[in-house]
Amino acid sequence: MTDLSEFDDIPGTTLFTAQRSRKGYWLNQFCMSLMKAENRERFRADERAYLDEWPMTEAQKQAVLKRDYNAAMAEGGNIYFLAKIFATDGKSYQYAAGTMTGMTQEEYAQMMLRGGRSIEGNRSIKEAR
Amino acid sequence: MARITAGVTCSHVPAIAAAWDEGRAGDDYWRPVFAGFDWTKRWIAENMPDVVVLVYNDHASAFSLELIPTFAIGCADRFEIADEGYGPRPVPAVEGHADLAWHIAQSTILDEFDMTIINKLDVDHGLTVPLTLMFGQPEAWPTRIIPVPVNVVQYPPPTGNRCFLLGEAIRRAVESFPEDLNVHVWGTGGMSHQLQGPRAGLINREFDTAFLDRLTTDPEALRKMPHIEYVREAGTEAIELVMWLVMRGALGEHAKELYRFYHVPTSNTALGHIVLEPTG
Repeated sequence: MTDLSEFDDIPGTTLFTAQRSRKGYWLNQFCMSLMKAENRERFRADERAYLDEWPMTEAQKQAVLKRDYNAAMAEGGNIYFLAKIFATDGKSYQYAAGTMTGMTQEEYAQMMLRGGRSIEGNRSIKEAR
Repeated sequence: MARITAGVTCSHVPAIAAAWDEGRAGDDYWRPVFAGFDWTKRWIAENMPDVVVLVYNDHASAFSLELIPTFAIGCADRFEIADEGYGPRPVPAVEGHADLAWHIAQSTILDEFDMTIINKLDVDHGLTVPLTLMFGQPEAWPTRIIPVPVNVVQYPPPTGNRCFLLGEAIRRAVESFPEDLNVHVWGTGGMSHQLQGPRAGLINREFDTAFLDRLTTDPEALRKMPHIEYVREAGTEAIELVMWLVMRGALGEHAKELYRFYHVPTSNTALGHIVLEPTG
């Protein structure tokens, strides 16, 4: 087996592994369907009904309905697939990324303008560096 | 004979496409980003390639989880612009070079790279953002493009070393093509960025600067860099930088830096751009 445990030592970071990909398969395939304009219209008209057409778990559906992208990633979502949801909402990657950090949009945008999040203290949990 | 005359790398941040397409390129936030390509626009106008082998990654546009090719090559005459959820970008469709693409596919496969051959491929911002930065908004793109999508979405992507070796194989393929063609190899994506989770917004200028330096001073060190180092030091999506090594491998042992641009922030990302010339 490929040992990917060292990636778990990186703070606040989720690697899209085979395990997560298998868990999130239908969530991510639902997201892909939003690349078609007619599906975006149907989703907007009744999100719950559209989600119920997919063999997704309730936790996955709730994450989508709440636009809780950290929860969606925990359920196997991948950011490039989840992007189809915030694209449908007319939102940007910066908006979506900001929502995952616990910061307000303004705070996140300001952090980026100041040069982004520092790497210091963000490399390793166990080595605290 | 066809020959590789330059290597170019450039980030492909989708917000650049949105800013350009919505007429915000002159805003205070975006002006310095586009100005960073003024030199390259002049240079490329005088050194216009006949064909660009454009290494990029698809962002869940052409490939879903149904099919995930590690290395692929677009062999069609034409590639349409993908609808990524906002509607397709209002930019020209991309003209391919089927003769050279099929030649590269055959040559690299017989050279033991298991390429996936693509005849229908809608191209997303990963491919079109670099074209916008380099060429602005022409009626038609001024060069033909051979798309080479690399999987960097589903872990694991290919190693940096494998990407470098593919670049070397692409060079052998191009140099054995009988037609006299000026060919560029572009590597796109990067530099430091993380688009997801509580660590989103990570930027590591020191890592990025060293990476840019080593493209000319120590490419051997880059090809040995393991995935964990990209992710730990520069963010989950910085792993796209392995695609720059396809470009570097295609240039041969020595290369000279002609131009460099580095800018933070571009949305969530550190934008990096470099122009290299092979020197034997």
